[in-house]
Amino acid sequence: MLNNNLKLNPKIFDGDVEKISTRVGFGEGLVLAADSDKNVVGLCADLNESTQMHLFAKKYPERFVQVGVAEQNLVTVASGMAAMGKIPFAASYAIFSPGRNWEQIRTTIAYNNRPVKIVGSHAGISVGPDGGSHQALEDLALMRVLPNMIVFSPCDSIEAKKATLAAAKIDKPVYIRLARERTPIITTIDTPFEIGKAQVLFAPPMTAQVGIVATGPLVYNAILVAQNFAQKGVSIKVINISSVRPLDFEAIINLAKETGAIVSVEDHQVVGGLGSAVAEVLVQNFPVPMELIGVHDRFGESGTAQELIENYNMSVSAIEKAVDRVMGRKI
Amino acid sequence: MQQLTDEKIIWLKEKANEIRQSVIESLVEAKSGHPAGALGMADIFTALYFFILKHDPTNPMWENRDRLVLSNGHICPVYYATLAHSGYFKLEELKTLRKFGSRLQGHPDRRFLNFLETSSGPLGCGLSQVVGMCLADRIDNGKYSSKQFYCLLSDGELQEGNTWEAIMLGAKERLQNLTVIIDRNNIQIEGNTENIMPLEPLRQKLESFNWHVQTIDGHDFEQIIGAIDNAQNVSNMPSIIIANTTPGKGVSFMENNFKWHGKAPNKEEGDRAVNELRSMK
Repeated sequence: MLNNNLKLNPKIFDGDVEKISTRVGFGEGLVLAADSDKNVVGLCADLNESTQMHLFAKKYPERFVQVGVAEQNLVTVASGMAAMGKIPFAASYAIFSPGRNWEQIRTTIAYNNRPVKIVGSHAGISVGPDGGSHQALEDLALMRVLPNMIVFSPCDSIEAKKATLAAAKIDKPVYIRLARERTPIITTIDTPFEIGKAQVLFAPPMTAQVGIVATGPLVYNAILVAQNFAQKGVSIKVINISSVRPLDFEAIINLAKETGAIVSVEDHQVVGGLGSAVAEVLVQNFPVPMELIGVHDRFGESGTAQELIENYNMSVSAIEKAVDRVMGRKI
Repeated sequence: MQQLTDEKIIWLKEKANEIRQSVIESLVEAKSGHPAGALGMADIFTALYFFILKHDPTNPMWENRDRLVLSNGHICPVYYATLAHSGYFKLEELKTLRKFGSRLQGHPDRRFLNFLETSSGPLGCGLSQVVGMCLADRIDNGKYSSKQFYCLLSDGELQEGNTWEAIMLGAKERLQNLTVIIDRNNIQIEGNTENIMPLEPLRQKLESFNWHVQTIDGHDFEQIIGAIDNAQNVSNMPSIIIANTTPGKGVSFMENNFKWHGKAPNKEEGDRAVNELRSMK
């Protein structure tokens, strides 16, 4: 059942659950962050509306820099602004930033430990019709490998807003992963958000038989899976990884100890992404059978978000099958 | 800007000569590194740190200092030698260049030398950082801020797309407090720039990107200081100075030989180089 302590959306299981893009939460959060700190500045590479930075740019034009279609410039100019005491948010599509400008991010932001906030929107296969060239499936891997970098992957718009506000307050480089598609609201404004802390969103009253570790909007599918299995008498615990780095080792190890079987869920390549990150923790601390839901060693293609999630085996039924598989492998 | 007298020019020349000797000595100790560009830029570094920059070696993080970024970080032996001669640290420390535990890393690294404006080495991303610094300062202090922003570029890194992205943004934003100096020595690792990837007509290119452009002899203090003075008086556009320099300047067997781009002199070569420099005094 849903963890009541976290004050999650009571309408989460309704057929007409409210859907808002995570990028919208970012756009609103950035305006709030800028309202409370005059050092917050914004930079964009010709994708103001798509990334939802236009709200900030409209309200604070003197603190906004339009760099044009130049993602390498986007992050390096941001690094220079941070060197002068600013808190820059640099927004583009994840495929271009951090996709195209990774070395600039490494050298001028992570290496220098400058508090630039890199905002990668339209991440994941759920970008849909734009096709495989625009679907960033590698950005978590690219960012979580960098020392100093904090990596947020919010599960819904409300969490994205909180992640944006948290990013503005911490004197470190941050990557925020956002999606284009409207996705169900899972949390509420009263749900706590803490950097580096995973949250148990769904837990059975008894010891759980399988643990699902999920990140981003697919957390919703993970919760539906847990609910479906609960009705069949199988107990599943779901944790939400909103910080991929720092990763909540303790929560993941405890989940493995409780369940002895883990499924990871992400809209990203499982290699280098959350699946890898969870496996790295478990193999060094408490190895248990694991199944990895996500994209497996291929590029995406055009289609609706729903078609792609289904065809690339990240749907509710695909996760259910993974749960069955991992239960069969339990020792 | 203070008055540039003949006495001052003689003094600056002597200082640059001392800095060149320090460059050679530190590279001999390090057994690797980049002498040609470092020697070629010694006069410009000397002019900047001993005549032009607003800075305080006793308070390196002074808020109102001018900002200087060395984008082509590989010529850092001359950066370190200039900082040492300016009083940021003891000359003795130059002997630790490129050694384990040293603050003087193989490329400038603010994790070890925290008053550097940035870490550099990977080419092509210095100018965009300075553009960002300039933009941030304009938000805080307006167009007529007292701070000046300098970026030193190699000619080779004009082959990097990121450099031109920054050139476009600098012009768009009309960053009048920004002065860029290009070390136009015509060499890069594998040979002459015009054979590897031609940059000419460089001046026309830069002018057509809406920058104020000057071309100077990068070893003539009057020209260096005069050009920077002009640059600061240009309004509503950023300024770029193409400084023609001789790679390996001051050491006969290194001058204009691209083989010395990335090879350190051995002890014997180092002694010869230092002796040549001493005899020039």
